[in-house]
Amino acid sequence: MSARDRILAKLRANAPQIPLPVPTPQLDAHYAARDRQESTLDRLARFRTGIESFHADVHVTLEESWPELLARLCAEKGVSSLLYGAATPAGQRLDAAAFAANGTALRPWAGQVEDIKADLFHKVDAGFTQARGAIAETGTLILWPSPAEPRTLSLVPPIHFVLLDAATIHPTFFDALRAENWAGGLPTNALLVSGPSKTADIQQTLAYGAHGPKELIVLVTTREGAAQ
Amino acid sequence: MSVPLVSAGEHPVRAYPPRPQAVYFYGTCLVDLFVPEAGMDAITLLEREGIRVIFPDNQTCCGQPAFSSGFPDEARQVAASQLDLFPEDYPVVVPSGSCGGMIRWHWEKIFADDPARYAQAKAIAERTYEFAEFLLHVVGFNRPDQGEPTTVTLHTSCSARREMGTHLVGRELLAKLGNVTLAHHGHESECCGFGGTFSLKHPDVSTAMVTDKVAALKATGASEVVTADCGCLLNITKRAAKEDLDAGRVKASLPGEHLATFLLRRTGGQASGSN
Amino acid sequence: MNAPTPHTAHATRGKPIAFVSAEALRERVHEAINDDHLRSSFRGAMDFLMAKRAAQFPDESELVSLRSLSEAIRQYSLSKLPDLLEQLEANLTRNGVHVHWAETPDEANAIMLDIARRHQAKLIVKGKSMVSEEIEFNHAMEAAGIGALESDMGEYIVQLAGEKPSHIIMPAIHKTKEQIARLFAEKVPGVDYTDNVDALIQIGRQVLREKFEQAEIGLSGVNFAVAETGTLCLVENEGNGRMCTTVPKVHIAITGIEKVVEKLEHVAPLYSILTRSATGQAVSTYFNLISGPRKADEKDGPQEVHLVLLDNGRSQAYADEQLRKTLQCIRCGACMNHCPVYTRIGGHAYGTTYPGPIGKIVSPHMMGLEQTHLLPTLSTLCGACGEVCPVKIPIPELLVRLRGEAQSAPHPHPAMVGQGAGYRPLVSFVWRLWARIYAQPGAYRAFTWLASRFRALTPSRQSGWTVARTPLKPAPKRLRDMVRERV
Repeated sequence: MSARDRILAKLRANAPQIPLPVPTPQLDAHYAARDRQESTLDRLARFRTGIESFHADVHVTLEESWPELLARLCAEKGVSSLLYGAATPAGQRLDAAAFAANGTALRPWAGQVEDIKADLFHKVDAGFTQARGAIAETGTLILWPSPAEPRTLSLVPPIHFVLLDAATIHPTFFDALRAENWAGGLPTNALLVSGPSKTADIQQTLAYGAHGPKELIVLVTTREGAAQ
Repeated sequence: MSVPLVSAGEHPVRAYPPRPQAVYFYGTCLVDLFVPEAGMDAITLLEREGIRVIFPDNQTCCGQPAFSSGFPDEARQVAASQLDLFPEDYPVVVPSGSCGGMIRWHWEKIFADDPARYAQAKAIAERTYEFAEFLLHVVGFNRPDQGEPTTVTLHTSCSARREMGTHLVGRELLAKLGNVTLAHHGHESECCGFGGTFSLKHPDVSTAMVTDKVAALKATGASEVVTADCGCLLNITKRAAKEDLDAGRVKASLPGEHLATFLLRRTGGQASGSN
Repeated sequence: MNAPTPHTAHATRGKPIAFVSAEALRERVHEAINDDHLRSSFRGAMDFLMAKRAAQFPDESELVSLRSLSEAIRQYSLSKLPDLLEQLEANLTRNGVHVHWAETPDEANAIMLDIARRHQAKLIVKGKSMVSEEIEFNHAMEAAGIGALESDMGEYIVQLAGEKPSHIIMPAIHKTKEQIARLFAEKVPGVDYTDNVDALIQIGRQVLREKFEQAEIGLSGVNFAVAETGTLCLVENEGNGRMCTTVPKVHIAITGIEKVVEKLEHVAPLYSILTRSATGQAVSTYFNLISGPRKADEKDGPQEVHLVLLDNGRSQAYADEQLRKTLQCIRCGACMNHCPVYTRIGGHAYGTTYPGPIGKIVSPHMMGLEQTHLLPTLSTLCGACGEVCPVKIPIPELLVRLRGEAQSAPHPHPAMVGQGAGYRPLVSFVWRLWARIYAQPGAYRAFTWLASRFRALTPSRQSGWTVARTPLKPAPKRLRDMVRERV
């Protein structure tokens, strides 16, 4: 008998001692009772308050003008090398010349991580990805890395720029995974991100930039034109 | 730093019966032998309100010391001897949160395999009340304060707080006394370190806890500590007395008394404890 | 700050958890309680964490509802545990993850050593995993000549100091920044003393980034394993968990068999109540859902992912309806933060991987009662732990049960390994005698009459009581005497 079979046998042998069938958890009742019925703008406001409290920068902009904003922010942050996925719809809108004019070299991800590991760890200043959505309740970004936008883009460079469409903000995590039927198909890696990397492991003192990005900068696009 | 208590909301609001004609008074073994005046003053308070107090003479102990020490058989044996003491459907009033908690929640567990006793235990549990809770919610205690202005601090036992859910009762009772100011102490919801046999088994930790509790109580500047649980009362006052002894102080730096005694004294009653 | 150079030397971790004898426990507790510095730093840290947790639950009704829901999810999951484990295994396997089962720590270590050898690994970089602590993973790897480096900042500090975590969520909570500054200056090559917390964290970042880049294997724990999708969920703030599970070519996750839930949506409430209960955070920085190794068209992520499912006594707890509740735990540490005993003695004094209230109820299953029978006594049963537990584990009730198991007379078919290990004939005799007297009202009255009448003979030294208190003395009149004499 394998360890597997022995463990399962032990668990099964002992199962009948529990007399009653345990009821199925009622998640809907809990969440429905707390449904806020809020507008997109209200959700955006809650998302923003949340993620800013976790030390992220949020810039709200019109859909058509985010590439310019990104180039400007890169210049402000002194980003000399920005890594991104060139094959995504967002990536296709980045204009190398516009960035170069501001002193930022656009670097499309190419090859496997092993091919660029040294640069990724030592040379790249910032990574750019899209967000799949966000969560208003906690101020959280939803990232689904993909072949076009690998996982390390949002992890290794010291600055992470994220593009978020305000229309994709869900009230809660529960709402997001229900509405989008996550259980029906998850990527290799799905992520919730709420701010730059941090730690309070030394004397409960909060310090940012533990192992992941030191800065998280969110560009929120909106059709209502609620720019700051 | 005072930590706000986030209660678990585990205790549904208890529906209290109207004021009864009579009650059973379950004094507890600790009160019987070590702090009888607390029990006597509680009885006097109830009688003064026109309630007949029945003290079953065969009462000994609820079994809690053995139960919480890991001797359920011994606890069952002792508890079983108490089941026939409350034949009428009167409330059972207990001047201690931990003994009250034992009867209210744990008796039914120790008799789980004995249907007849289980039913009996459960019926008693449902009409068992912690004394202060009973005085406030069932008796509706409301007597004018006749004492001089004073400031006291209140310690609520963990059993009263977390098993009986009566942590606000002491405050409400004291609030009825016009000349009494209640001073809250730091880490109010924290245990005083008694824990029954814990204080004997782990004296180091128990001492550290009670020392901190005494310091927090003293830091309020209150003239005394009041509590509705005699285990805590003895733990706290005997620790304070030891500190006084070690420091050569004659006057008690932290006198303490049971809430029943305090309420009786303040409202013109004759407290029994003046030996 | 000087740039640190690579280093591999790491002090051997604190003494392996071998035997927590009663004497050793008392000695450790005694030492801890007399360490004023330790007591004040734990008190400060616990006050901070309690206040932060409280601030996360401004709406009591939401807490009540979320707690009940979380308890329901955990109990439901446990009720289907063997089926869910099989479902988890099937879905992970379909996703390309290798699933291994281990009954004991040795089996788990052997499985992981085998993987490491197959990949000729020299360095395993670790995300935070209490299960890896439970099985003494680092020792096992180091004994085989493979480096095992902690990368959670707190764990890294504790490993550098040759110690063990003193808290399951904040491993280095017992250390001050000055102590950490001295430790870094001494142990990290090229680093000068600084007690600036940001600077210290940046030192750790630089050292560990090189290791993430070099390590062949990343190890992590698991917070929730989702059966229906074959997904491993990790909660963290630092990003080291993502590093360990993303950058090295092999990722090994290890977890106890109890961590499985059926549905993906079940993690939403559990995740919320976990971070709020643990550190008083509305949410952690990262929630990482891993459902497989790098796919053919993907550009990064590990090429191989393994999951090791560890029993180590959990199936024993599972066998009993009451003890099973122990397995509801989601390892938030709130019970520690609110425990007046933990606050006084810190995590190391317990001598077990999991300290505090949860440690007292889970360790007996992992280590047997022979070694742990005194742990359940180290509590006043104040109930603060049960009150804050996000999944409503009745910790005080379980402590009482374990006290009973420890002290019961030896039994031919014990429910627990080591049952009766705390059995002392004299103590049992005293309780039997007590019960005989207290169960017979006549005998009780006689006994208390004598105690009261001869109160002058009460001993002035009363075991642990008079260590710090004046003696207890029976009153001259018992309550029953006063009642009888009342007008």
